[in-house]
Amino acid sequence: MNIDQWLQENTFHHSHFWDFRHMVEAKEKQDLTVSLCIPTLNEEKTIGKEIVIFKSELMSRYPLLDEIAVIDSGSTDQTREVAASFGADVYLASEILPEVGEKKGKGENLWKAIYQLKGDIIIYVDADIKNIHPRFAYGLLAPLIYHPEIKYVKAFYDRPLAFSTGVRPTGGGRVTEILVRPLFSLFFPELTAIVQPLSGEYAVRREVLEAIPFPIGYGVETSHLIDVYTRWGLGAFGQTDLDQRVHRNQPTRDLGKMAFGIIQTFLSRAKSLNIIPELPELNHALRQFQSKEGTFEQVEYHIAEEERPPMMDVSAYREKFGRHP
Amino acid sequence: MKINDVIEGLPRYREAAGQLREMVLANLVMMGEIPAPTFHEENRVRFLQDRFSECGLQNCSTDEIGNGFGIYPGENQDGHILLIAHADTIFDEKTDHTISLQSEWVKGPGVGDNSLGMAVLATLPFLMEQVEFKPRSSIILMGATRSLGRGDLEGLRFFLKNNRMPIRCALCVEGVQFGRLSYSSLGMLRGEIEVHVPEMYDWTRFGAAGAIITLNDVINRINQIRLPKRPKTSIVLGSIRGGTAFNTTATQAVLRFEIRSESADVVRSIHEQIEDAIGEISSETNAEIELDILARRKPGGTGFRHPLVRRAREIMRALDIEPRIAPSTSELSALIDHKIPAVTLGLTTGERLNQPDERIRIDPMFAGLAQLLGMLKAIDGGLCDEH
Repeated sequence: MNIDQWLQENTFHHSHFWDFRHMVEAKEKQDLTVSLCIPTLNEEKTIGKEIVIFKSELMSRYPLLDEIAVIDSGSTDQTREVAASFGADVYLASEILPEVGEKKGKGENLWKAIYQLKGDIIIYVDADIKNIHPRFAYGLLAPLIYHPEIKYVKAFYDRPLAFSTGVRPTGGGRVTEILVRPLFSLFFPELTAIVQPLSGEYAVRREVLEAIPFPIGYGVETSHLIDVYTRWGLGAFGQTDLDQRVHRNQPTRDLGKMAFGIIQTFLSRAKSLNIIPELPELNHALRQFQSKEGTFEQVEYHIAEEERPPMMDVSAYREKFGRHP
Repeated sequence: MKINDVIEGLPRYREAAGQLREMVLANLVMMGEIPAPTFHEENRVRFLQDRFSECGLQNCSTDEIGNGFGIYPGENQDGHILLIAHADTIFDEKTDHTISLQSEWVKGPGVGDNSLGMAVLATLPFLMEQVEFKPRSSIILMGATRSLGRGDLEGLRFFLKNNRMPIRCALCVEGVQFGRLSYSSLGMLRGEIEVHVPEMYDWTRFGAAGAIITLNDVINRINQIRLPKRPKTSIVLGSIRGGTAFNTTATQAVLRFEIRSESADVVRSIHEQIEDAIGEISSETNAEIELDILARRKPGGTGFRHPLVRRAREIMRALDIEPRIAPSTSELSALIDHKIPAVTLGLTTGERLNQPDERIRIDPMFAGLAQLLGMLKAIDGGLCDEH
């Protein structure tokens, strides 16, 4: 499948999937179960709204979701209380699979969700979306329901303003355009067709989730794309335009940390895939600088991208879901 | 049917409303995040229409003014019950309409006035199904456009003028305040006074200090108008704006005001006094002062002893809601003009109304919804008809 064909056949807009009744029928016919996972860390301001909207629209009105779960990294605000008060299943990441220990990072929550949640499909949606709408879940779920060959659906956000020429640039955020897209262009050209490779919203079949490793930090999305691509090919991906996403904008310095984590994950994959066979030992300290009373001083951040193994390697998981190695 | 039959059902209604909590709140959030300034309510009305269509209401439609309708069918066609929420808010499209939801509160511009009213219209058909309420009268659910400010109830007036369906009673639904019971309309005149100093104004000749000082003179004169204690009368100076910078004399200033009174004659008299004051100040300063009348209401209403009002009080008390009786200048007055018995009800308590951080409580909403359902049941059962 070439990029043009993939863009034609595997790129969707959420409005294609307006017929919820039909979607519910198709889901029930395939006997699919679907879990929605919201990873959180101090999201008390937005979590209640997300849960209420998904529960009302995609559980009560149209039974597309079988469970809504919040996997929390140990919020110190009221995130867990608010989420529970609106009827979500709330879990503390550290209490899931306690025997494997606790690591801090969003990827850890996503990984542990595979063990905790029951769905054949898991939809991951970030908790910081200000303009939350049911499309953030059904827009990602629908391609998996209607296209059995698709295994992994990424969100992208593209709301065009008026453009007179009919042609306009589109793409991802700063880290995508400055780091990830150039890297993909060099080493995995087909993956450049994914408009926003770093978007935090995606829906994935369990058979894929349980088979791939999970970096626990910034690199989780990048590693997923590389791992799914190398194992199942571009045809396993779909992407859905969810229009606009309003969220907190991150300062450039924080994006630097994100880029540092992503590039570590990327290099590690490049090495294991023998694309860059020889790599020196990597330094995990990111140095940024600040000026204080006319002198410059460095601020050092230790960012090492740790990884969780494929869930299939965890015996407790295999037992719970009746899987055989 | 007796009123006790309705009252006995109220706890069940409240419980059923509580079971639909997520649906009410989701409708409130989605409705409230669609900007709907007066004259631009179409997106919010479209959302309401979609909700009506999804639950299979009959005759889901909009009219020439943009009002949105759905009809919950009754078993006979003798008379209809009209349930209205105004669709517009005072916030323009540039305002950040993000709604935030906490365990006990919902916060955002217009949540109480009147996104909650519209959300309740969208939820009511489900609630009626839930409690198996099968009305004899058809219920017209209406999201009314162009209600506020310069809109001057244009949407509802258009409907009442062109409607062919017989209407036996109407309920106006407002998000706040809980316990509100309005059954009478005050006489009202809403106006805008604009002071404009011409570009070529001869400052040395007239010695005036700009539009703001001139408008201040107008305000002082309005304050000197003697208001009677009976009939109850007030002048509300609602908003003022003018000028552009610290160091530039203002050439334009605007005052928005309302005269409210139980007597139409008093409203007329005050209007004349304001006109006289404006004429006098204009001739003294040579500033141009325009008085623009935006809306008028005639006083009147459904009587305190009307069965509709009495039933409303009984139902509120049965739900431990303390009735707050206050006259209204909103939709009620258009209904009164058409001699349709009507009351306005509030659904929950709120704070910082008409501010961007307006907030309303979640918990009282369910008693508010039970009250509404109880009223529909009482009207449908003939308990609110005047004999």
